[in-house]
Amino acid sequence: MRRFSGFAVAREAMRAHKGWGRQWDSPEPRSSYDVIIVGAGGHGLATAYYLAKEHGITNVAVLEKGWLGGGNTGRNTTIIRSNYLYDESAGLYDHAVKLWEGLSQDLNYNVMYSPRGVMMLAHNVHDEQVLKRHIHANRLNGVDNEWLTPEQAGEYCPPLNISKGARYPVTGAALQRRGGTARHDAVAWGYARAASARGVHVIENCAVTGIRRSGNGQVTGVETTRGFIGAKKVGVVAAGHTSVLMEMADVRMPLESFPLQALVSEPVKPCFPCVVMSNSVHAYISQSDKGELVIGAGTDQYTSYSQTGGLHILKDTLEAICEMFPVFTRMKMLRSWGGIVDVTPDRSPIIARTPVPGLYVNCGWGTGGFKATPGSGHVFAHTIANDNPHPINEGFTLERFTTGRLIDEAAAAAVAH
Amino acid sequence: MLLIHCPYCEEARPEIEFRHAGEAHIARPADIASLTDEEFSRFFFYRDNPKGITFERWRHLHGCARFFNAARDTVTDKFLVTYPAGEAKPDLVEAANENAKGAT
Ligand SMILES: Cc1cc2nc3c(=O)[nH]c(=O)nc-3n(C[C@H](O)[C@H](O)[C@H](O)COP(=O)(O)OP(=O)(O)OC[C@H]3O[C@@H](n4cnc5c(N)ncnc54)[C@H](O)[C@@H]3O)c2cc1C
Ligand SMILES: [Zn+2]
Repeated sequence: MRRFSGFAVAREAMRAHKGWGRQWDSPEPRSSYDVIIVGAGGHGLATAYYLAKEHGITNVAVLEKGWLGGGNTGRNTTIIRSNYLYDESAGLYDHAVKLWEGLSQDLNYNVMYSPRGVMMLAHNVHDEQVLKRHIHANRLNGVDNEWLTPEQAGEYCPPLNISKGARYPVTGAALQRRGGTARHDAVAWGYARAASARGVHVIENCAVTGIRRSGNGQVTGVETTRGFIGAKKVGVVAAGHTSVLMEMADVRMPLESFPLQALVSEPVKPCFPCVVMSNSVHAYISQSDKGELVIGAGTDQYTSYSQTGGLHILKDTLEAICEMFPVFTRMKMLRSWGGIVDVTPDRSPIIARTPVPGLYVNCGWGTGGFKATPGSGHVFAHTIANDNPHPINEGFTLERFTTGRLIDEAAAAAVAH
Repeated sequence: MLLIHCPYCEEARPEIEFRHAGEAHIARPADIASLTDEEFSRFFFYRDNPKGITFERWRHLHGCARFFNAARDTVTDKFLVTYPAGEAKPDLVEAANENAKGAT
């Protein structure tokens, strides 16, 4: 693999960029590995990368039924923030934000992390109380988050309609300046490239169809569409398909899979400087570096694996966007799509061991796991390598749904986020 | 948007008239206080989440307001059958045939 640098760009410019070559290998699977990761989304690839980098475990394969990054990683609206309410969540998501800050250097791949600020709008007294409670809790945890008046919010984001007569009047906002966006595909590609350079096998078009166990229940490998592949340890990182995979090892999960949609507009010149989210009217928006407005909607109400959702969901979101940003009423929408998100009862992820020895699971990120990609991979790699959680993911167990020690961000936010 | 047949109104109506209400055929334990933590957790938090046929509850909120059950394929989002709450899980082979008849 050739390193990217200013010098390399200059050299390639002289020879018509013909010397770049493949960015990662496409090997045939070995008969067995120390660790198999199921799912080549950002979280799975990051896990493999940190297994190799931090724990020296390089006999690792990441098996992907489709193409890498083709799941929710390549379908999300890329909002990054860490202003969650509870201590456990603040610890986990802020761990990720700290890794985002140095990620392009670490991977030698530009993931285009852009801390342009995430502003969450309040439209009524209840919103204000919820956001201010978050701000105070965040400060206690060392996570930046500040309160803005409507005028300050309007200054930070000029397209925002802060007039008193607005359909959804803005009564204030919470701003996390370190929040922002990153380029979703680059995250998958950057981790794949960096993991591959350390010897990890990334194997596409290889669906896992079964999980094999020995007499004492210990995992021995996985059945795939390319035959049986042995493994001492298996980590399932399959987002919306986690229930299906865990069922293969007779593990029932506290998860439900829902469609979640997003859409982009035609590209226009830079006009939207930050990320704005409104939980009350259920819309969030930013502008990609290509110039498209990237708009996220809410989940459909029913469980599904269809990767499509109802049109009325998008319509509701666009109506809200047009009320809050009248300047966009004449924009044309280019594309919409859906992903399948795995939702836990408390809306917090599960990054943990399972009742099956050698089987680990990283799931339940629901509507908001992209932001956590580096942190999630980092602590999950630790969990697999040591058969023990990292202090940061100690609370994110399966057992919490029995002990009752939930991390109830659902109650804290009341909506998808 | 789904088109949903309400078994009480005997009419297919747009999804926005309905509220999804989770997995069907989960019986609330008669003596909930006597459950172990493990049993309570299974009842309260764990769900089937199949890729394929799911049994689910719906409520015709903006119609007759009543709860009913449905069998739906979560891959195609097609309903196989809807039936009043309280009825046993239907025989899906028969339901699939009925469905096919309706389609022609
Ligand atoms: C429309 C939308 C908008 C979103 N917006 C945001 C946002 O703004 N901010 C944010 O933080 N999060 C957001 N999310 C959530 C975020 O995308 C996910 O939480 C995150 O990307 C999950 O990453 P992952 O690597 O776990 O899953 P994925 O990227 O889905 O990867 C899982 C992989 O597993 C593979 N797989 C499944 N079954 C098998 C099998 N049997 N064998 C082999 N491979 C298999 C899949 O093909 C897939 O590639 C959004 C999601 C959606 C759908
Ligand atoms: Zn009805």
